[in-house]
Amino acid sequence: MIQFDAVHKRFPNGAEAVHDLSLDLPEGGVTVLVGSSGCGKTTTLRMINRMVEPTSGTIRVGGKDVQQQDAAELRRSIGYVIQQAGLFPHRTVLDNVATVPLLLGHGRKQARARAAGLLETVGLAADVGKRYPHQLSGGQQQRVGVARALAADPPVLLMDEPFGAVDPVVRSQLQDELLRLQEELNKTIVFVTHDIDEAVRLGDRIAVFRTGGHLVQCSSPTELLARPADDFVAGFLGAERGLKLLSLRTLAAVPQGPAPGGGGTWTLVLDEARKPLHWASEDGEVPVRPLKDTDSLLSALNESVASPTGLIARVDAAGTLTGVSSRDDIHSHAGQAHSEARVAA
Amino acid sequence: MYELFENLGTWLVSDAQWSGPDGIGHRLAEHLQYSLLATLIAAAIGLPLGLLIGHTGKGAFVAINLASFGRALPTVGLVVLVFLAGGLSMLPVYVALVALAVPAIVTNTYAGMTAVDPDVKDAARGQGMRGHQVLAHVELPLALPLIMTGLRLALIQVVATATIAAYVSFGGLGRYVFDGLAQRDLVQVLGGAVLVALVAVVLDVGLAGLQRFLFRHRTA
Repeated sequence: MIQFDAVHKRFPNGAEAVHDLSLDLPEGGVTVLVGSSGCGKTTTLRMINRMVEPTSGTIRVGGKDVQQQDAAELRRSIGYVIQQAGLFPHRTVLDNVATVPLLLGHGRKQARARAAGLLETVGLAADVGKRYPHQLSGGQQQRVGVARALAADPPVLLMDEPFGAVDPVVRSQLQDELLRLQEELNKTIVFVTHDIDEAVRLGDRIAVFRTGGHLVQCSSPTELLARPADDFVAGFLGAERGLKLLSLRTLAAVPQGPAPGGGGTWTLVLDEARKPLHWASEDGEVPVRPLKDTDSLLSALNESVASPTGLIARVDAAGTLTGVSSRDDIHSHAGQAHSEARVAA
Repeated sequence: MYELFENLGTWLVSDAQWSGPDGIGHRLAEHLQYSLLATLIAAAIGLPLGLLIGHTGKGAFVAINLASFGRALPTVGLVVLVFLAGGLSMLPVYVALVALAVPAIVTNTYAGMTAVDPDVKDAARGQGMRGHQVLAHVELPLALPLIMTGLRLALIQVVATATIAAYVSFGGLGRYVFDGLAQRDLVQVLGGAVLVALVAVVLDVGLAGLQRFLFRHRTA
């Protein structure tokens, strides 16, 4: 869908931003460009919609050389989301979202109807449309930015550190929301971040860049974590990359047994609906965080370490207890996940 | 002193003073006509210049230095100069007033354009707006509060200076000042000066209010 062929970018001041980049991004899926600041990831992204022109090499979107197309028309056909959202402060939220349809010559009424639908798609209430951007929270502004980028239903979405300026809680919500949206829309998304955890969470593919605009490795998150190409990548992934790999695996396959009842030191206390409340013993109570099959092996490991019995409480979608799993079972599955990742990679 | 103010009060409100070709009503109309026309001409020159410099980023030194140039400009000297070169007409007056107003308009327009958030301009281009669309739909509306401030300042300056029309034998509120000086009629001089100040203040307050109303949705 997006092809870079021997692309170089050197800025007028002589700094080389992108060095001999050849990369082929298939249709659909999220590709995350990751690296420390000044590694050329944003420049790479901005060359796709010609916000930056390459010094040499070609970039194709949908098989067509972007240099051969009118820049403004190209940009209207590609969604673009930036860090501070970049909303137009003098226009209502609804008119912000309607920007591209209006540029494409759609009628105002039609464009606004489309915009109203998109606000709902990104999880905003309809009355937000009448407000001005400064009346929204950072997270809401970012949602509006995403809605604006989606307004003309472009096949490709470019996102330049879109969640960089919001607090961790909102950031996590926006990440979930993006994954949900992507499931629904299946766009070809190119996403820039310097946060490796965000990359692992969102990416179907992760491209790691090194200072000077060198692409070091582009692979699936699992492969990246199991087999980093070199010490630079390993260093970038951090000391906990073994644990990060576990964040990609769910705990569905870990076996579960019956919860320990009376007799033992610790008892799992349930409410009437068989929802776990806490662990109890003569010494007191310890809170419990029940996990679903869709939760990650990492959170299971984390919970088992914190649990006084080494057991985690497993629940179904409704929150009702289905059983418990032991620290040993989780551990052995974690090890298995790693050996599988190595084999696959 | 008290008597002077009493006479001034009488002068300002007397029916005789308000009627006829030398009445306050007529002089005020003349004064506003000179001021508005000069400001309009200045806007026609200054706005495109400021927008162009702000949009392209080229020639910023012009916009910046024009402000100090404007302050240093001897208005009366300019009137006399153009008068000597071109003879007796309203032309020297308009040249001087326009030259006075242009710098304030250019400088403020430029300042308004540079104050537009670069992220917003980047987003506008990134959504597929062409250069003139970024200018018309994003930069201009966002710079508008400062542009209007520039126009307001220019108009106030022009109103305060338009008395020079009388210096070269034309009308306006300056008539009272110059005639009063010639006739050693202090009340008339003072009356003219007070009227000019009053007009300037009323316009300033009125336009500032209008700006606040128009841009009530803006944060900054």
